[in-house]
Order: sequence, then C-alpha cells, then structure tokens
Amino acid sequence: MTVAPAISAGPAPVTREAVQPGRWRRMPAKAKVGVVLFGAFVLAAIIGPLVAPYDPSYQNPSPSASLNPPSAAHLLGTTQNGEDVLSQLLVGIRLTLELGIIVGVVATVLAVIVGVTAAFLGGFWDELLSLITNVFLVIPALPLLIILLGYLPQRGQLATILVLSGLGWPWGARLIRAQTLAIRSRDFVAASQETGERTWRIIGYEIIPNQVSLIAASFVNTVLYAIGASVALAFIGVANLSSWSLGTMLYWAQGQDALQLGAWWWFVPPGLAVALMGTALVLLNTGIDELGNPRLRDASSASRIAGHWLRPTDPTPVLAEVSQRRGRMAGFLHSFSRSSLIDETGGGKRS
Amino acid sequence: MSFIVRRLVFYLVAAWVALTINFFIPRLMPGNAVESVLAKFPNLQPSAYRALEALLGVGHPGSIWHQYWAYLGDILHLNFGTSVADYPAQVSTLLAETLPWTIILVGTATVIAFFVGTALGIAAGWRHGGGLDRALPGLMFLQAIPYFFFALLLLELLALKLHVFPIAQGYSEGLIPGWHWDFIGSAIYHSLLPALTIVLASIAGWMLQMRNVMITTIGEDYVVAAQAKGLPNRRVIFSYAARNALLPQLQGFGLAVGFVVSGALVMEIVFSYPGIGLLLLTAVTSDDYPLMQAIFLVITFAVLLANLIVDLVIVFVDPRVRIREATR
Repeated sequence: MTVAPAISAGPAPVTREAVQPGRWRRMPAKAKVGVVLFGAFVLAAIIGPLVAPYDPSYQNPSPSASLNPPSAAHLLGTTQNGEDVLSQLLVGIRLTLELGIIVGVVATVLAVIVGVTAAFLGGFWDELLSLITNVFLVIPALPLLIILLGYLPQRGQLATILVLSGLGWPWGARLIRAQTLAIRSRDFVAASQETGERTWRIIGYEIIPNQVSLIAASFVNTVLYAIGASVALAFIGVANLSSWSLGTMLYWAQGQDALQLGAWWWFVPPGLAVALMGTALVLLNTGIDELGNPRLRDASSASRIAGHWLRPTDPTPVLAEVSQRRGRMAGFLHSFSRSSLIDETGGGKRS
Repeated sequence: MSFIVRRLVFYLVAAWVALTINFFIPRLMPGNAVESVLAKFPNLQPSAYRALEALLGVGHPGSIWHQYWAYLGDILHLNFGTSVADYPAQVSTLLAETLPWTIILVGTATVIAFFVGTALGIAAGWRHGGGLDRALPGLMFLQAIPYFFFALLLLELLALKLHVFPIAQGYSEGLIPGWHWDFIGSAIYHSLLPALTIVLASIAGWMLQMRNVMITTIGEDYVVAAQAKGLPNRRVIFSYAARNALLPQLQGFGLAVGFVVSGALVMEIVFSYPGIGLLLLTAVTSDDYPLMQAIFLVITFAVLLANLIVDLVIVFVDPRVRIREATR
C-alpha cells in the first residue's frame, strides 16, 4: 500500500523530494494514518465475506437470539431478527467500498477525458465542455440522484454505480482542465510538439504523468462522494434493500428503531465504519495535498527547527545548521542545498 | 458589469438544462411510471390521470416538441401538476407550505457555519501548527461521519436521553401556525437541534479550506512586507491575509450550497422536520412522480439563486473581477 501517486517529472524540486521511493518515513503523518486505515478497509473488503462467521441474512428464529449485545458467539451482537451484525458489517464493507472504488475509477476516467479534451481542443469545444461541466457542478446532485433512482424499477448496485458515476465527474474535470491548460503552456510540451510527437502521445506521456497527484486527489474525492451518496441514498431507502451494504444496514437499524431499543451495537458499527472510511480518504487527500504544497505540511516538526518557532513568513534558517537535523523540514530544506545534489547524483542513497 | 451578465446567462443555461433533464427523465427511464402509479392508486380520478400523462408524456397527443413547450409553459406559470399520493392537492401548494421551513432553517445554519468555520480557519492558519491546527484530524473525523448518523446520535443523546431538545417536528403539537409568539417560540425551539447538527457537520469543511488558503496567503510577499512594516498582527491578519484568502472561500461557498442542501434533505428526514426534504422522502416512498420532479426543480433553482447571490458578493468584494472586466 503506497500512495506515491506522483511519479512526477515536474520541475519543482519539492515534489521530487517528496515522492522519491523509500520516503515512507518522511511522508506526512496524516497520510500514513490514512494509508493504514484505508488499507485495513480494503483488506476487510477482500477477506471479510470469507471470514464472516454467519450468513448475514440468516435470521435466527429463536427469540433468545434477538437483540443480543456483543458476546463471544456474536462479536457485535445481533439484530432484532437475530442476524449477526459482524457478518453484515463485513459483507457491507465490501459492497460499499466496491461501489466507491468503481465509481471513483469510472468518474475519474470521465473527468480526465473531459478535462484534457477541453483543454486541448480549446475554442468552441472548450467553451462547450466547460459549460457542461459547470452546469452539472451547480445542479445539486442528491435530489437528482433520488429522482433518477426513483424512476428505476430496480435499484441495484449496477444502477447506483451508473448513476453516481454519471454525476460524479464534473468536479475532477474542472480541476484537470485547469491543470492541463497550465502544463500545456510549459516549454517541455512545446518541445515535444516541435519534435513532431502526436497529440495523443503528448497527452499520454507528458500531460497526464505530470498531473498524477491531481488525478489521484480527484479519485480519492470521488470515492468519498460515492460512499457518502450511496450510504445516504440507502438510508433514505432508495437502494436495493435486500443486499447488505453499510447504508442498508443503517436503513434497517433505523427503520427498526435500533437506537430507541438501546441496541447501539446494531446502529453504531456501520456508521462508524463509514466515518472511518471517510476519515481515511480525507487524510489520504490531505497527504496528497501536502506532497504537492509543502507549505501545508504539518508545521509541528518544522516549527521547532533550530530551537525557535518558525513561521512561513520567517527568513529561511541557515541551511548548515538545519541540515544536521534529520526532521522533515530539514530534509526539505536540505534538498535545496548543494550537498543534496551530490547525494542525488551519487545514487540517491540517503537514509 | 459584463461579468454579471455572463453569470446570469450561465445560470439561465443551467436552469434550462435542469428543466430539460427533468422533462426527459420520465420519458427515457425504463418501466411505465403511469402504470406503476395506477397500480398503487387504482381509484385515481380521471383528471389526475390525464395530468399524470401530460407530465410523464405517456399517451399524450402531440409531438415531443409540443409536449416540451407545454411543459415549459406550465413551469413558467408555476403549475407543477397535481400530487398523486396526496390527491387532489396541488404540487405548488405543497411546495409553498414546506419551502419556508427549509429555507429559514438551512439558510441560517449554513451562514452561521460559514462564518464560524471561516473564523476558526483564519485562526488555525495563522497559528499553523498550534493547538487549533492540531485539532484538525478530529474535525475531519467529524466531517467524515455520515451526516444523518451524526444527527441521529445527537438526537438520541440530547433529545431522548437528556430531554434538552424536542424529538421531532417543526413545532409543538396542537399549535396553529401563524405569526404569534407561542408558535414562533416553539418553531425556534424545535429548530435549534437540527441547526446545531448542520453547523457542527459542515464547520470543519469551511475551516479546513480557509486554513489551507490562509497558510498559502501568509507566505506571500505582501504579507511579509506588511509584517516588516511593523503593522499590528490584527491588521495583517484581517486586512492583508484573510481578505484575500476569503475569495476562494466565497467561490467555494457557491459550489458547496448544493452539498449543504443535499445534507439538509437528509436532516429533515432524521428530525421529521416539515420541510422540502421530508416532502421529497414522502414523494419517493409513495411514487409521487409529479411531486418528486417539482421538488428537484425547486431545489435546483434555489441553489442557482444562491450561486448568483454569491457571484454578486464576489463582484462587490473583489475589485479584480471588476477591473478585469473593465479592461477587456
């Protein structure tokens, strides 16, 4: 599990510094937590249904199995119908995460296509595509999702994925268009145009690799949106209520008054799972942001360099003094100094 | 001026797209909506049936263009048809009853969240790495919790357990809505908890964005220059850094209105608040297609209007927008 989304050949030394391999230690702490947390959910989604102790839909008919608090037999207790909450949770994480990731991939691909096309074609097509993007950005998504799914006779996973992907691309497309326009005016793109590279090759080899971090951020955001929207839709009841996702779990728990009955073990786990999944994604995104914009990095370690509080507005501390310390900020500053150049040309082995 | 004109044209286009989507959804979706409604309401009046056909475009005489023009004309006259589930109530009457609740509550809560969140973001950005800044991961968690889940937990704790707030509804049972103090007091009392949940759930987003822009702005040369001049910190923060950092925040506000409204729909469902979100839920669960579509349009227009207002504010506070237009 590595984030390292930016295999970037960009000119900024900071970015290169941040994404060199083996920099796990120097990765922002928030991003580390995000990676670990998200990895745990991916793992749960993969092996969860295999290790789930019961069939999530199995309703134990005996009254003594109803609404059991957590115990050895049912680690997260049972529902009113005697279903095992842990099994539902494990199956539900898979369905929800699967939906989020598929929507994320589809919508991000759409966003890249629309954004890059608009920036490259320019003129009328750019105006048109930007207009469409902005219009879909401004039309509120949830009500539209609700009526779209409301008309569908079957509201299964596939329908939800299609509808969410169809409405999830504009945000990314807008960012990617802006970034493509910026990169397109750079010299190295002009150089490859001069050498007669085909447009699709320039796009594939020059433009897109240079905005991998932006695309990654937009992917993470889209996954976040998809999970949030699908859970909200299921909670309202606009979903396939016979399948187990985190949203349908919450729907049934709420519909059968789990909270009023005091059955927190039924209601809290799915909500907490969604919240932790969302937190992991937000943290990942902050990490990606901080890779691209060093000013945003957690200032706690930076601020104590050379024994005094360092503000972004303060003059740069003396490099020799700083580079002896191996904090994050020290490494960052070190990358500007001459010795880092030597380091990097000499095999780039720096512990 | 031309900035405003261009934005106006844009919102008109957006409104037209929304209207057109709304027109085509029932015509393109699989399944016959009219029949599914008829199956649910077998004793529907013939006039309601005809209205339904006209809206959904089934069995209606005339070409699709004819239907489209008739539809646009109806919308222009605020004639959204008749509710199927709540027959014979007019959809527009139902909307007029519920819309004020949503606008007052959600509008107030959103503006409060925006101002408080922005202020906290200024503080966190200025003291980058300070106590408030370190609280951010916690706030992110708060933001990542599904809104309705958070609201339900607060409802359980504050209303059911501690009895600080009422459980549901927009006002106490037995009161007649009107402009008298009993009712207004009760309505305010009932709106406190929903408003609190909206503010708590959305504050972190504003704070995070403001903090990030603030940090970037503080690094700019003109802020350094202001500090070097020896200006008091308060002046540097508000007149130099925050003033510019606020512009992206304002633009974000326009786009975020849609998200906020979506969250508010769910809020009303949680609190059984008599606004438009609860109405939408009723419409969806009872297959009331005319009502569903009208609600979508009303929400969309509200969001477009909010965006237009934000644009006007931006023109007012950002001289660059005006100058760029003037030199064009």
